[in-house]
Amino acid sequence: MGLRKVLLGWPVYRQLTGTDPLGRGAAARSARSAALTARTEDADRVARSVCPYCAVGCGQRVFVADGQVTQIEGDPDSPISRGRLCPKGSASKSLVTSPLRQTKVRYRRPYATDWEDLDLETALDMIADRVLAARAQTWEDVDAQGRPLNRTLGISSLGGATLDNEENYLIKKLFTAAGALQIENQARI
Amino acid sequence: MVDPESRSGSPVAFDPAAAAGWVDAPPRMGFFTDTSVCIGCKACEVACKEWNGVPASGLDLLGMSYDNTGALTANSWRHVAFVEQPRPSGDDSAAPAGAGSTEFLGMPGAAPPGRTGSAHGRSDFRWLMMSDVCKHCTRAGCLDVCPTGALFRTEFGTVVVQEDICNGCGYCVSACPYGVIDRRADDGRAWKCTLCYDRIGAGMTPACAQACPTESIQYGPLDELRDRAAARVATLHERGVPEARLYGHDPSDGVGGDGAFFLLLDEPEVYGLPPDPQVPTGDLPQMWRRAGLAALAMAAGAVAAFLGGRR
Amino acid sequence: MANADVIVIQGSNMAEAHPVGFQWVMEAKRRGAKVFHVDPRFTRTSALADEYLPIRAGTDIALLGGVVNYILSNELDFREYVLAYTNAATLVSEDFVDAEDAEGIFSGFDPQTGSYVQTSWQYAGQEASSGSGHTAAERETAAGLLHESHGAPVAGAVERDETLQHPRCVYQILKRHFARYTPEMVERVCGVPRERFLELARAWTENSGRDRTGCLIYSVGWTQHSVGVQYIRTGAIIQLLLGNVGRPGGGVLALRGHASIQGSTDIPTLFNLLPGYLPMPQHDAHPTFDAWVESIRHPGQKGFWGNARSFAVSLLKAYWGEAATPDNDFCYGYLPRLTGDHGTYQQVLDMIDGKIKGYFLLGQNPAVGSAHGRAQRLGMANLDWLVVRDLFMIESATFWQRGPEVATGEIVPQECRTEVFFLPAASHVEKEGTFTQTQRLLQWREKAVDPPGDARSELWFFYHLGRKLREKLAGSPLPRDRALLDLTWDYPTHGPHAEPDAEAVLREINGYDTTTGRPLAGFAEARDDGSTAVGCWIYSGVYADGVNQAARRRPGQEQDWVAAEWGWAWPANRRTLYNRASADPQGRPWSERKRYVWWDAEAGRWTGHDVPDFEVSKPPSYRPPPDAVGPAAIAGDDPFVMQADGKGWLYAPSGVLDGPLPTHYEPVESPVRNPLYGQQANPTRKMYAHPVNATNPSPPQEHSQVFPYVFTVSRLTEHHTAGGMSRTVAPLAELQPEMFVEVSPELAVLVGLNHLGWAHLISSRAVIEAKVLVTDRVAPLRVEGRVIHQVWLPYHFGFEGLVTGDSANDLFGITLDPNVLIQESKIGTCDVRPGRRPTGPALRELVSDYRVRAGVVPGGNPPAVTPGVSIETTGSTGEGEGNR
Repeated sequence: MGLRKVLLGWPVYRQLTGTDPLGRGAAARSARSAALTARTEDADRVARSVCPYCAVGCGQRVFVADGQVTQIEGDPDSPISRGRLCPKGSASKSLVTSPLRQTKVRYRRPYATDWEDLDLETALDMIADRVLAARAQTWEDVDAQGRPLNRTLGISSLGGATLDNEENYLIKKLFTAAGALQIENQARI
Repeated sequence: MVDPESRSGSPVAFDPAAAAGWVDAPPRMGFFTDTSVCIGCKACEVACKEWNGVPASGLDLLGMSYDNTGALTANSWRHVAFVEQPRPSGDDSAAPAGAGSTEFLGMPGAAPPGRTGSAHGRSDFRWLMMSDVCKHCTRAGCLDVCPTGALFRTEFGTVVVQEDICNGCGYCVSACPYGVIDRRADDGRAWKCTLCYDRIGAGMTPACAQACPTESIQYGPLDELRDRAAARVATLHERGVPEARLYGHDPSDGVGGDGAFFLLLDEPEVYGLPPDPQVPTGDLPQMWRRAGLAALAMAAGAVAAFLGGRR
Repeated sequence: MANADVIVIQGSNMAEAHPVGFQWVMEAKRRGAKVFHVDPRFTRTSALADEYLPIRAGTDIALLGGVVNYILSNELDFREYVLAYTNAATLVSEDFVDAEDAEGIFSGFDPQTGSYVQTSWQYAGQEASSGSGHTAAERETAAGLLHESHGAPVAGAVERDETLQHPRCVYQILKRHFARYTPEMVERVCGVPRERFLELARAWTENSGRDRTGCLIYSVGWTQHSVGVQYIRTGAIIQLLLGNVGRPGGGVLALRGHASIQGSTDIPTLFNLLPGYLPMPQHDAHPTFDAWVESIRHPGQKGFWGNARSFAVSLLKAYWGEAATPDNDFCYGYLPRLTGDHGTYQQVLDMIDGKIKGYFLLGQNPAVGSAHGRAQRLGMANLDWLVVRDLFMIESATFWQRGPEVATGEIVPQECRTEVFFLPAASHVEKEGTFTQTQRLLQWREKAVDPPGDARSELWFFYHLGRKLREKLAGSPLPRDRALLDLTWDYPTHGPHAEPDAEAVLREINGYDTTTGRPLAGFAEARDDGSTAVGCWIYSGVYADGVNQAARRRPGQEQDWVAAEWGWAWPANRRTLYNRASADPQGRPWSERKRYVWWDAEAGRWTGHDVPDFEVSKPPSYRPPPDAVGPAAIAGDDPFVMQADGKGWLYAPSGVLDGPLPTHYEPVESPVRNPLYGQQANPTRKMYAHPVNATNPSPPQEHSQVFPYVFTVSRLTEHHTAGGMSRTVAPLAELQPEMFVEVSPELAVLVGLNHLGWAHLISSRAVIEAKVLVTDRVAPLRVEGRVIHQVWLPYHFGFEGLVTGDSANDLFGITLDPNVLIQESKIGTCDVRPGRRPTGPALRELVSDYRVRAGVVPGGNPPAVTPGVSIETTGSTGEGEGNR
């Protein structure tokens, strides 16, 4: 490191020679402070999203760097929210990056006192088997007077209202085709 | 309180950034927090924590109305105060908007309306909410006493603690007339609002002001904010809200005016703000000048010795 | 909303539950609008309102009825609008007997089924030809929801008296119905001081009319009642009388509580609906495709619902593709059939009774979020298997291990057979798709990152579950498996996890030409010959021109205030429904100030700031030929194009199951005898006689004083619903870290509660405890000469997460609104005692003690018709069948 650079970087030198003899401002600024920039500036990409909490539908900008969400804030372009977010919307980054989030399938056997691990593919397969079994056990072709029923009352579903329209569409379509009609949603509650 | 109109009479305001050696500094930036539209949602508190990575401040139900944050601390750089204020009707004179009759902390009042089992008068109840923050004083006690240069005046006229410099001496804590700056229990360093120094440097709005749903927190050049605030007070006075007044806007107050000032609907004490804040280092500039001369002589010797040593 | 001159917020704590939406209230206030808040408790919304009116919970119809009476008795209605655009002039059947004249029950009540035969409610001369007749089956199936997109059936031509003087015209019936709802009565029933009430009534009427408009905002504070639909009806009547519907700054705004709860009813995951509010078929009423379609279309009816056949065929084509042909009625036979109430509460009781094998929970936490939490948990503990898909380990996944019933010994893990699969879900930034927000606006979300670990979207889960089911059933000879095997289920996938393409699903929802694959431009292109497939007809147009219209993001700053190029609103990107009403009958704006949509005579078309909610080239002077049906029967000055008569309904001859006019009934649990009628509570409310359920007694039953206090629950701005997305998030959890109950200083003295001390609350279902917050924001009210104490609780807490506490919803029983089967979970009665609740078996013993003292028999319900009230039998001898 050159002498000149060392000297110029020395706050006391800057204080003595610069415009800030009292060392309260320009001369006191550290290298870290001088290099500071908003981390949103370094994002690899920005996804335009919508807040997942209430139904106002505030626009969100999701900043991503190195595959990680680094910031979520209001989208000023949204005519609905004009860039603003409530405390919940403002906490969206903490929501999606929460250490409490479950990222592994968990399985509880009948009569067990604790959870165990289960492979996702196996879980999906077991669930499919159980759907078919429940359907077989409880299928109703016709009512007492021979009128078609085409259904099972052995399967229920209750969906939250943070599901996407596309998801709800597939859920209703699949369950309807399977004859499962006890499909409900937060919208009833 | 000083009449907000008097401000417009003041000539060119003191520019703290220029005084701190910034050449061609941008306009001084600040916050105007208009409590008359605050809905107490605390989006400011959360947005601040999310952006600045401020740690949790504890899971305590404080019972201070809806305030479970308690105060501005090293781990809460925005703090929303809630003041429940019964004003019995039928006798408005008995309840001036003043500290004497004010109920803090959500505790039952001495003679709240409704005691008679009637809703009569209960709708005159007021629930004041105010998002408090570091004032970024024009004359900042914390900065004055900081021995390490950790606290500095930025080119935007704001006051920022540099976490890479602070050694946790804590002198600043007692020098703040508002009780804002605070040390963290774990690392001992001092932390407070930076007015999002990183964001505003990139031309962005500070996180709290960006989130605020009702524009209670407004960010911008301080001059503009002061004009806007004066106009807002005038509007409120026209609309029958005579109690609206500004706090911290006046360059002639004990801290030279705040970079973050407020529109309040009651006396500052009601919100837990000092009525007449004074920078404790009021006489310091003179003292510093003398000390500075002495230091200069010593430093000159040091530099000479240092350069001599290298050779 | 920002254009309103007065804003009335009732049944909603908007500043806390919808803070960012509240900016528009503040904007209106800044422009000079006056804001009123009516609520049992002084909230953060009240703090920002110009006027706050405290109200006894559950008495909103009495207050709103008072406003109707104020308008009518002072003739302050917007007469030109009312005459032209509402059914005020229409004559009603001679057979109709008002609840006013029959102790609170309308003509046609059938005590056997607890529902009405609506024949006598019809317009004059249409008694036999319109309406639903007996409504027992509609009540079982929440048929009220069908009317979200279109009105209820009535025949087209009606008798009218344009002078509004005929005693049987709707205007006069309405006037008589609400005549007793005086300011004095409002004070007596609601506890609202009459001068406060009059301030509201004056401001509302003075700020409505040709030049001014007022906006009414509600939320679940209205819907979660046993008379919830009628609350909203009363608000709508006021807004119609004042000319505040279809105009800028007007309207009745429902603030919905979840990101896509509107979407969840439009594309329903509800038992009684198919996409676009097509009804699920009933086993008896809809044996054939034609019978089903005709029941939707109502041949001979005016309005757009006349195209129902095209929508129904196109949906079946979207489901079953090439297998759906005209010869097999487009696979109509594949649809499962309803036989009655299959709603979520019926399901829970069936779980307790062992009738249900498996249960999927998709981002939903009924152990905390549904009424009667104990019933929810006991039901889940009696399944073969349970699949929970969520971001966090929620109470509904761990009830068998850590729930309150484990503490009381009612659930023993070693004896609980339910097999539980917890599958982590993808968050909103880890998948793409659309949410539909509260004003019917679809907004596309871009994906930001991949979901972590095993987390997957629901789209992934259901697509692959369907794929597996079909694989396992391949070659099955069973007829029941045809519907699954013939299903179109060929969505393209991408990425390492084979994520289905959400845009492909959106394209199917929009609809396409089955031969060319071209996306449809709108629902007008739907055909009934199988040449189009449309997943949800009301969303048709969202993928017009092959472009994802919901992903449009032209910045708001670059658009006018309607911002039509941000996202896409159904129907047809229309932002304000029935906006034809923003112009006068001749098509001119009512005033310059309130200009919105108008007739451009030179161009020969409707134009304005929004997409006109009207046939664009139909002139105001158009009069339909006498035999016209469907859209052609709508006259040029009938703005309510989805209603069968083109009019806004002050009086509902059908479609509402508990009366053609709103009537004040007390909540199911109330400490007060109904001051207005002999009938205490809604006689058509849906009750369940199940041993797990119990109802606290209300007057005139004995022992109501055992549960002397009223409790109500709602949200805090710092938390979200059952807490699964907030009690788990550190910066939110610390803002409201503990369960608490808000009580007035008076009640604190009465019961002996200390600020920040403990209290416990007891109902005939449960005991919960909470920290005490003594506050003047909760006021005792004087009602009928008595002091009524109300307490308030947040319902966000449960036993998992960073911050925990007892669940307020445990206190509630199960009683539902008859129209939509939504539970009454905004009000109940309880006792409040100082200190912590008992633990272990002693907790259930305390509940039992209270039940004995109150004479509550588990499974017993108070009588639907209050003893002593005689039933007007005219017309009640319908073809009532009463399912179940």
